[in-house]
Amino acid sequence: MTEVNADTVATSPEAVAQHLAASRYLADESLATAIFLAIRLGKPLLLEGAPGVGKTEAAKAIASLLGRDLVRLQCYEGIDAAHALYEWNYQRQLLAIRHAGDKEIDIYDDRFLIARPLLQVLRAPEQRVLLVDEIDRSDHEFEALLLEFLSDFQISIPERGTIRAAAQPIVILTSNRTRELAEALRRRCVYHWIGYPDAEREAAIIMLRAGDVAQATARAVAAAVRTIRARPLAKPPGIAEAVEWANAATILEKGGSPWPEAFRRAIGVLIKDEEDLSYIAPELSQIVEEALA
Amino acid sequence: MSALPHAAGPFLDFGRLLRRFGFAVAPEQVSGFMQAVTLLGPRSMADIREAALATLAPPPDRRDEFEAHFQSHFYGDTSAVIEGDADEETRIKDDGGSDQEEIEEVSQQEGGELSSGAEQLSMRDFQRDDDRLTGFQRKLASALPARRSFRTVRTHARGKLDLRRSLREIVSADGDVPSPLLRRRQTVPRKLLMLIDVSGSMKLHTADYLKLAHAAVQGGDRVEIFTFGTRLTRITSALRIRDRDQALARAAALVDDWDGGTRMGPTLLAFLSVPRFSAFARGAAVVILSDALERGDHAELETAMRRLSARAFRLSLATPLAGDPRFRPATAALRAILPVLDDLVDGSSLAGLTDFILSLARPAPAAAVIWKRVS
Repeated sequence: MTEVNADTVATSPEAVAQHLAASRYLADESLATAIFLAIRLGKPLLLEGAPGVGKTEAAKAIASLLGRDLVRLQCYEGIDAAHALYEWNYQRQLLAIRHAGDKEIDIYDDRFLIARPLLQVLRAPEQRVLLVDEIDRSDHEFEALLLEFLSDFQISIPERGTIRAAAQPIVILTSNRTRELAEALRRRCVYHWIGYPDAEREAAIIMLRAGDVAQATARAVAAAVRTIRARPLAKPPGIAEAVEWANAATILEKGGSPWPEAFRRAIGVLIKDEEDLSYIAPELSQIVEEALA
Repeated sequence: MSALPHAAGPFLDFGRLLRRFGFAVAPEQVSGFMQAVTLLGPRSMADIREAALATLAPPPDRRDEFEAHFQSHFYGDTSAVIEGDADEETRIKDDGGSDQEEIEEVSQQEGGELSSGAEQLSMRDFQRDDDRLTGFQRKLASALPARRSFRTVRTHARGKLDLRRSLREIVSADGDVPSPLLRRRQTVPRKLLMLIDVSGSMKLHTADYLKLAHAAVQGGDRVEIFTFGTRLTRITSALRIRDRDQALARAAALVDDWDGGTRMGPTLLAFLSVPRFSAFARGAAVVILSDALERGDHAELETAMRRLSARAFRLSLATPLAGDPRFRPATAALRAILPVLDDLVDGSSLAGLTDFILSLARPAPAAAVIWKRVS
């Protein structure tokens, strides 16, 4: 990957949007602005939104826009420092002690240190982008730990001392909002709420992401998905599901199913909850026909 | 320190305006806002709006309100300030919000009414109930069902090798291997979620239930209490006040729908549709205190209960009607939800309820099996 200076890429929100589009991510104006501000102000970017609106994809696109590697830290209940910061390789240390015999050996050497995502980013802030995914799943304690990391960009290892980042790393946090995040965390970040895209943008995303889908199909899928999301479903379909639906329907159509029928038969890739399926089934034909019109 | 340029005034004022309306806006956010505006140009008002959204971070559910304040502040358009619209949907109230004071004033009389009701009720065996609740509070934390935590604790027996600590020991003992140090996965109590029906048909019992809820919040670590009737209200933080009378008065003031009708299905669905709330139910012991007398269609209640039981560790319904020995789950609503219930128990007395909640950790046959045996 070629390294790019962050400030030369992010000259304006429009430039950011253009670069993102080049990495196959269509951002709307306000997301592009938030990304631009996060890069230029040197603050972490906090993206919140329903599942499947492309939060993680946005992080990947930002990494590729800057020509950096993405280091991903997936959060879960019970995640702790050993999984986020660093861990010692005890087996190797024990072996080394035994192997050394009478010689002196530093068992807190770099080769015994297993760097976890936060430390990895700290060591090479110019080559890596940190993605802290689904922060809402972690515990409060971990949020506090992260807060400390995000304010100073340093990690203390008792055996080694403090490691500081040479430059301000770029950090992206995502949350599904299953619980409220600490105010302090929101305050420290540039914040953006990603909603579902409007029908036109969604059609464009489908065209960009799906294999070979006709423009009319993409439009119809975008319109139908928009109607379906307005219903009180347990799991409203995300953008990825819409893309899959367009793909699946196109394949079925090539296999000989006529249009409305192809959409109906491919519904399994769009709605993946039995209850939702039975809720939407009676209306589906009408929704599809309206969208095709 | 130099004075701010004159042009910065409106941005500073906007931060103050938001604070006055209960948005949490920190000084560093306001300076971030001004920095952002400078960075963006600003070429248009849209730029200022984007900068405000990105740096001042209004919560998504108050976004409309935020936009209205933005309009009124930067465009001088005061008509845009909207109040919450009258709604068809179930109202949800989460305490700890900024609108607390105003609410307290509104429903003062209702709170008074309730506490006099409580006095009447508890005259009978006040002393005994009191002791029982104290005992309940003490025992709750250790009686709740437990799950294994991700964290580990040091232990002397039955555990896995703690490599980190053992290695340190070995190093300090010059390569000697002393007795290995062990650690074990910790167990933590599960969450307890109580949903209390405050509708008219439950009038006789709500006072007792609230006392029970107060004892639970005081005794347990992660306990959440909601009341529902025609609306859904979270009263957990009111009940965190140690003094019982004060806490109950505070909780009573929060609830707007005392002694009204029940819309159990819609309110439970409303509960589940707020991600923050439905996250309370995940892996928790859920106890619903209600007679489940759902008028009209019970399809929504059925859906809500099925979803709740899919989230919860154990879903129990305590109904005061079951205090009658002739009680059978015969209503259409009860029959429909019986298959997803883990327990359907008597909720007519504090004694029964405290014993039941303290026994939640012990396995029991499903409600459907028990009630089939009875009938």
